[in-house]
Amino acid sequence: MLSVKNLHAGIEEKEILKGINLDIKAGEVHAIMGPNGSGKSTLSAVIAGKEEYEVNKGEIELDGNSILEMDPEERAHEGIFLSFQYPVEIPGVSVTNFIKAAINQTRKAKGLEDMPASDMLKKIKEKSELLEIDRKFLSRSLNVGFSGGEKKRNEIFQMAMLEPKLAILDETDSGLDIDALRIVANGVNKLRSEDNAVLVITHYQRLLEYIVPDVVHVLVDGKIVKTGGKELALELEEKGYDWLKAETV
Amino acid sequence: MSLKDKLLSSHIVFQESLDPDSPIYDVRSEAIKTFEAEGFPTKRDENWKYTSLNSLLKKEYSIRTKTESALDFKDVKQYFIHDIDTYNIVFIDGVFSSYLSSTTHEGIDVCTMNSAINKPKYKQIIEVYFNKIAKDESLNALNTAFAKEGAYVYIPKGKVADKPIQIVHLSTGAEEAMFLQPRNLIIAEENTEVQIIERHQSLSSNAVFTNSVTEIYAGKHANVDYYKIQNDRLEASLIDNTEIEQHDNSVVSVHTFSFGGDIVRNNLNFYQKGEHIDSILKGVTIIEGKQHVDHNTLVHHITPNCESHQDYKGIFAEKSTGVFNGKVVVEKEAQKTNAYQSNNNILIDDQATINSKPQLEIFADDVRCSHGCTIGQLDESALFYLQSRGIAKKEARALLMYAFANTVLSSVRLPQLKQRITKQIAKKIGVSIGFEI
Ligand SMILES: Nc1ncnc2c1ncn2[C@@H]1O[C@H](COP(=O)(O)OP(=O)(O)OP(=O)(O)O)[C@@H](O)[C@H]1O
Ligand SMILES: [Mg+2]
Repeated sequence: MLSVKNLHAGIEEKEILKGINLDIKAGEVHAIMGPNGSGKSTLSAVIAGKEEYEVNKGEIELDGNSILEMDPEERAHEGIFLSFQYPVEIPGVSVTNFIKAAINQTRKAKGLEDMPASDMLKKIKEKSELLEIDRKFLSRSLNVGFSGGEKKRNEIFQMAMLEPKLAILDETDSGLDIDALRIVANGVNKLRSEDNAVLVITHYQRLLEYIVPDVVHVLVDGKIVKTGGKELALELEEKGYDWLKAETV
Repeated sequence: MSLKDKLLSSHIVFQESLDPDSPIYDVRSEAIKTFEAEGFPTKRDENWKYTSLNSLLKKEYSIRTKTESALDFKDVKQYFIHDIDTYNIVFIDGVFSSYLSSTTHEGIDVCTMNSAINKPKYKQIIEVYFNKIAKDESLNALNTAFAKEGAYVYIPKGKVADKPIQIVHLSTGAEEAMFLQPRNLIIAEENTEVQIIERHQSLSSNAVFTNSVTEIYAGKHANVDYYKIQNDRLEASLIDNTEIEQHDNSVVSVHTFSFGGDIVRNNLNFYQKGEHIDSILKGVTIIEGKQHVDHNTLVHHITPNCESHQDYKGIFAEKSTGVFNGKVVVEKEAQKTNAYQSNNNILIDDQATINSKPQLEIFADDVRCSHGCTIGQLDESALFYLQSRGIAKKEARALLMYAFANTVLSSVRLPQLKQRITKQIAKKIGVSIGFEI
């Protein structure tokens, strides 16, 4: 489904991603772990189309088609979803209105009419119940004054509403309490099917007990230095990253 | 002949037509002298540095009000908040339209200035309140000199206006450019409540230049909400002078929505003469083309334990220009004052400009004053966030602009008005984004 080939990207002079290769098939869950500043968020932002980053070399394909020339919204319409490590606060737009706009804009791009209001309400109700989100919460300004955990839960609520083909979760677990972690993981698992895929970025093995990955990658200094099965996460938890850093030198 | 000279000579004729026993006869004669001495403000005046009236003063205006032109309500309905029951005081080319108005004298007075000035039963009130709040400076004086018509609202002690009041000044200007000077007086005595919506609307492509003065008196525990809708044609210019005096425990809010016009200047002055007063000044400006909107505010904290809250948002596109000049004076006696001021602006295009100048003059030592002014573009990371959810760039920008302006709307207490303004903002930004905003 997603194929990243020898991706070099960065900002102006600074190269952050130094030749990434990644191949995620439909139905799979991949995890990326790695030290702070290794480029995990940059990789997810580049896949989602953030213009700030320049792609100097390489290719990103979704179902065999390059997405490099697409705007972020077009990538979203193709089914790419990014759960932000730091969701942006937008005063003056309620969660509900925001999600309506997102869904209807995506439908419009596909030549569909706006979702009927009753369907929209039903879906909002269903998904907010799944993620145990209070109704009152939905009328608040997007992310404004939300606690760290609430922001993350709200990201997954949006994911559940948009039902993406490829969900990238950038440290969705950080800031979540133990119960919230379970609820969020459950929300993600509900989305999983043969037709879509999930890329989980995390620092902690704990999340991966709930969302069990097929493949674990270790990103160090803009390069994937090791790839393995789910047991790799355990090994990292135990040993840290130093042994891998040493290997790359 | 310059507009000033034309006005001066016209005043001689005007005065001859007046009753010398009128409670404001002398006030008018004094006022014309002030205007004669000071004239129209120029860019040399510190307060008018960024707003030039030159282009307006060059035009030829008809300065005499005419007899009432007839208008059908259906043709002007759109300029009213028509889905709620309100009192209406409507003027066409400066003349009261009884046909379009709905006034009252039951418990409260909602009627015309003309009757208040001329009828003996109002004489005492006019003597007490007329021209007592307005600063003696040239544009106020010019208006006072010709004061004749406008809205008169009197809420006596303990009364609550049972419906909002709409003051609508329509101008037909069918044949020529017009110079209009409405004069409004709003008196809310002790323990009263009133909500007022005001609008100036031109109906023709001829120029209209309005120099309006509104005095608002808020007695102890009075609650006054005043909403100004400035969404006029591109040929219409407005100088809105609003002067407000507040007493103990009163709350007065003024919301100014500036979406259209050629040159719009708001002189909004609050004088606090009592304790525990709250003064609220809010504004949303969204303009483009070569439009110009200037907010010149003053909050004069004279007495202790009072508050003021100012929140002005501006979105400027193309070559439009904005000015925010917010002055807060805290006198030595005004201890424990809380004065907040914020002015945030977004410049959409390189050629748009905003001059934002807070002026704090604080003579008391135990006060909390804050002011913040921002000028920026739309937040790129917010834009990416919205886009990554499938909202196209253009719509995402619109959504952010809407959100930016929307925070000022939270204090609008008339739901129908809020809805109207929200729609106007959406229309102004020119986009539909998948939900009703
Ligand atoms: N916009 C930017 N401008 C300058 N430097 C940047 C920018 N974005 C990322 N970087 C740098 O690139 C490197 C990788 O950052 P990135 O946010 O991708 O790391 P990360 O792996 O997600 O780290 P963390 O685990 O702390 O979230 C860091 O050194 C960071 O400072
Ligand atoms: Mg990161």
